[in-house]
Amino acid sequence: MGLGAYIAVSAALFALGIVAILVRRNVLYVLMGIEMILNAANINFVAFNRFNQAAGATSSLDGRMFAIFVIILAAAEAAVALAIVLNVFHLFNSVKPAEADLLRE
Amino acid sequence: MDATDKLFYGLVALGSLAALGACTFLAGGDGAAFALFAILVLGGSLVCIWERSVVRSAFCLIGTFGGTAGLFLLLGSDFLAMSQILIYVGGILALILFGVMLSPPDLTERKLPRVLAGLVAVGAGVAFVAAKVASTVNWVQAATLAEPEHATERIGVGFLAYDQYSIAFELAAIVLTVALVAAVYVARRRKVDLQEEGAQG
Repeated sequence: MGLGAYIAVSAALFALGIVAILVRRNVLYVLMGIEMILNAANINFVAFNRFNQAAGATSSLDGRMFAIFVIILAAAEAAVALAIVLNVFHLFNSVKPAEADLLRE
Repeated sequence: MDATDKLFYGLVALGSLAALGACTFLAGGDGAAFALFAILVLGGSLVCIWERSVVRSAFCLIGTFGGTAGLFLLLGSDFLAMSQILIYVGGILALILFGVMLSPPDLTERKLPRVLAGLVAVGAGVAFVAAKVASTVNWVQAATLAEPEHATERIGVGFLAYDQYSIAFELAAIVLTVALVAAVYVARRRKVDLQEEGAQG
């Protein structure tokens, strides 16, 4: 399959991530939507890296390395986001992002 | 499971079969493998958005993350596919499930019209952008592609060699350490809360 097929899958996944954030008003769906969006970006990075290699030349690792760092930062983001989400449950006793509207306790 | 659920899952299954058939017809075995993983990715996230229960949505993400790993495999990045499964399915999904278990349940928040409107809007938007892109952009693509190279050693060397990615690697390590310590600090129960609970109970 060509580059276009991968880009199409990635675009659809990105859009579905946005829908998950906007349509399901729940902090956990916001988390899941962000993970979908990061996955879509990763598919793009790896696909462009793959389809940029001509036969014979030494292939570049840049796209794959970028995807690895995105995965690392996604792990950090998930840990911090879970901690914040737990505090939101604790303080507001709700899963709706719209109800978390105070900066102080 | 009510009628709309049945209709939705039926449509997803039909669409998957059609996509599988089309890709197999167009590109043979490669196309079938690609279609299988793409269906896992998109079907997983579609069902995640559709499902009422947060637990089921979280488990549907296994399809999305695993399918992405499969796409990486098809693109010749086996190291990336492995770390995708380890970190996303093993780590991030477990974290999300912890969040699900510790959250107050809310089974009434899925508004069907909103979900349908979102899906329709996304379908239309993606179709419009895809048509625009397909008709205008001319991807500069290598004429003959190299065989997919399994570059695990080169990635390992790239992490540590001083002239490649070592600075980014060190920075990622520092960010990860700081983020995890900060997450533990933010998520801890404060002494005041524990004392209050002790006084109540």
